[in-house]
Amino acid sequence: MGISLSVKIGKLSLKNPVLVASGTFGYGEEYKGLVDINKLGAIITKTITLKPKAGNKPPRIAETPQGMLNSIGLENCGSETFIKEKLSFLKTLKTAFIVSIAGYTKEEFSKLAKRLEDEGVKAVELNISCPNIEYRKGKLNFSQDAKSTYAVVRQVKKSTRLTIITKLSPNVTDISEIAKAAEEAGSDALSLINTLLGMAVNISTRTPLLGNITGGLSGPAVKPVALRMIWEAYNSVKIPLVGMGGIMDASDAIEFIISGAAAIGIGTANFINPEASLEIIGGIKKYMKENKIKNVKSLIGTLKCPTRN
Amino acid sequence: MKKAKIKILSNYSLKKPYHKLSAYSDYISKLAKPGQFVHIKCSDNNTPLLRRPFSIYSVSKEKGTFEILYEVLGEGTKLLSQKKRENFLDIIGPIGSGFSYNVPFANSHLPILVAGGIGVAPLVFLAERLAKSKIPACQGKAAGRKNQKSKILVLIGTKTKSLILCKHEFKKLGCDVKIATEDGSLGFRGIVTDLLRKELITHNSSLITGIYSCGPRPMLQEVSKIAKQHKIKCQVSLEELIACGVGVCLGCAVNTKSGYKLVCKDGPVFNSDEIIWG
Repeated sequence: MGISLSVKIGKLSLKNPVLVASGTFGYGEEYKGLVDINKLGAIITKTITLKPKAGNKPPRIAETPQGMLNSIGLENCGSETFIKEKLSFLKTLKTAFIVSIAGYTKEEFSKLAKRLEDEGVKAVELNISCPNIEYRKGKLNFSQDAKSTYAVVRQVKKSTRLTIITKLSPNVTDISEIAKAAEEAGSDALSLINTLLGMAVNISTRTPLLGNITGGLSGPAVKPVALRMIWEAYNSVKIPLVGMGGIMDASDAIEFIISGAAAIGIGTANFINPEASLEIIGGIKKYMKENKIKNVKSLIGTLKCPTRN
Repeated sequence: MKKAKIKILSNYSLKKPYHKLSAYSDYISKLAKPGQFVHIKCSDNNTPLLRRPFSIYSVSKEKGTFEILYEVLGEGTKLLSQKKRENFLDIIGPIGSGFSYNVPFANSHLPILVAGGIGVAPLVFLAERLAKSKIPACQGKAAGRKNQKSKILVLIGTKTKSLILCKHEFKKLGCDVKIATEDGSLGFRGIVTDLLRKELITHNSSLITGIYSCGPRPMLQEVSKIAKQHKIKCQVSLEELIACGVGVCLGCAVNTKSGYKLVCKDGPVFNSDEIIWG
């Protein structure tokens, strides 16, 4: 039985639904000797900004039960160095790549997106949800407010023809409202969740474990939250969803697909097992064979829900 | 750097709380340099989640094995200590920059190795390579002074006598070993950096090729300060919580004069004058 794993995200055709999440796979080249990158559905790069960013004060990570906190602070080499030094490798790949971008204003987002489009990039992920930087003084990050989400996505949509994936924060009251705003603004897809804002304390020194005090929680600990949000978003928008948050194996990935994700992102698992995403692709195929599913698309959002009281 | 599942040859307690693990890896035994580390998945599940970095303590190219020394401290090292001969070990390595020791090393020139606690591990490996590199350098500038015999000086500091590791390994390599214990149960009473200060009074610092150090961060900071005062080049092996080990997560950043650097990729060994200790 032939199995079809291909999915479409905006104008991007992916050979399979397994992506590697932003910030967990560098710009691809770093994993060249460890992973057969061309087998991945797509790479989402580490977020880049117009100008280089030094990142946050160490310590930047802390381990927590079934998870990790990070406060990297979007350290990156800036768009021009990215274009000069990182982009050519990504272009040699026989798999899709999506450039994650961030800015402090909607204009910065669109300027960066346009610059990348001119360099031959086909898709961007708008990181409007990093919990570790202050996008605008004293304000919430863009994705914590429906109007700001709309404004950023709209601005990029107006200025480019790129496939736009908008990355959403779980640190919100109502994910459907934000998801709808991004869809209305013209986002081709949504990716969720970014990390959950958290912290950890050393009780001997009474100091936070992270140099930036708070950080974003990822790993298996956040999976139930991510799954719930995918399901809620799936019930509110029609655009495809890239589900991520604590996926460690194929079973986790399939839960996301059943709950509504058209594709899934592997994040923290890459740190523990660089080949996690490849193993997950294999596991999804096996599940499909066992359950006589020919096309992965027919599995998306097939959750059978009991009636709630 | 490779990821592999390798077989454990032995894994036993040296003395509480220290363990020694040997495992088969042709690849690591051939490629590893002193100061590099292996990144080990200690658990078979998500608890603890992250890999743990361990400095390579020795390699045997003939047997195709390598060894690590580790202190059983938390959940990860506890699980590691329970692994048995023939069990598989999930590793990524060798990782990192390692010590650079290509400085001409003549008999009259003296490297000093300063270890705190389990920090001896990478320094044994370094001492072995330094001891080997002694012979060709003797034909250089210092050949005429061959009789002025000097050895690699190793300073080991611990809280108490029973925690001293590798004294005999260093001696076997022909090193001059001096001990500092905080309780005075053996050797110099006090911390190892005070012993270093004392030693530098008796040695001509212009003959010292370099200080190589591994241990707790406050110790390394002090070693670095002493090295600067004596104008001696100094390399330190830093430790941080390391997530990916390949330079993508940017989690193990240390502040340096040229911006943030990564312990896993740019280190773990750094020139001490590069580090902003703060």
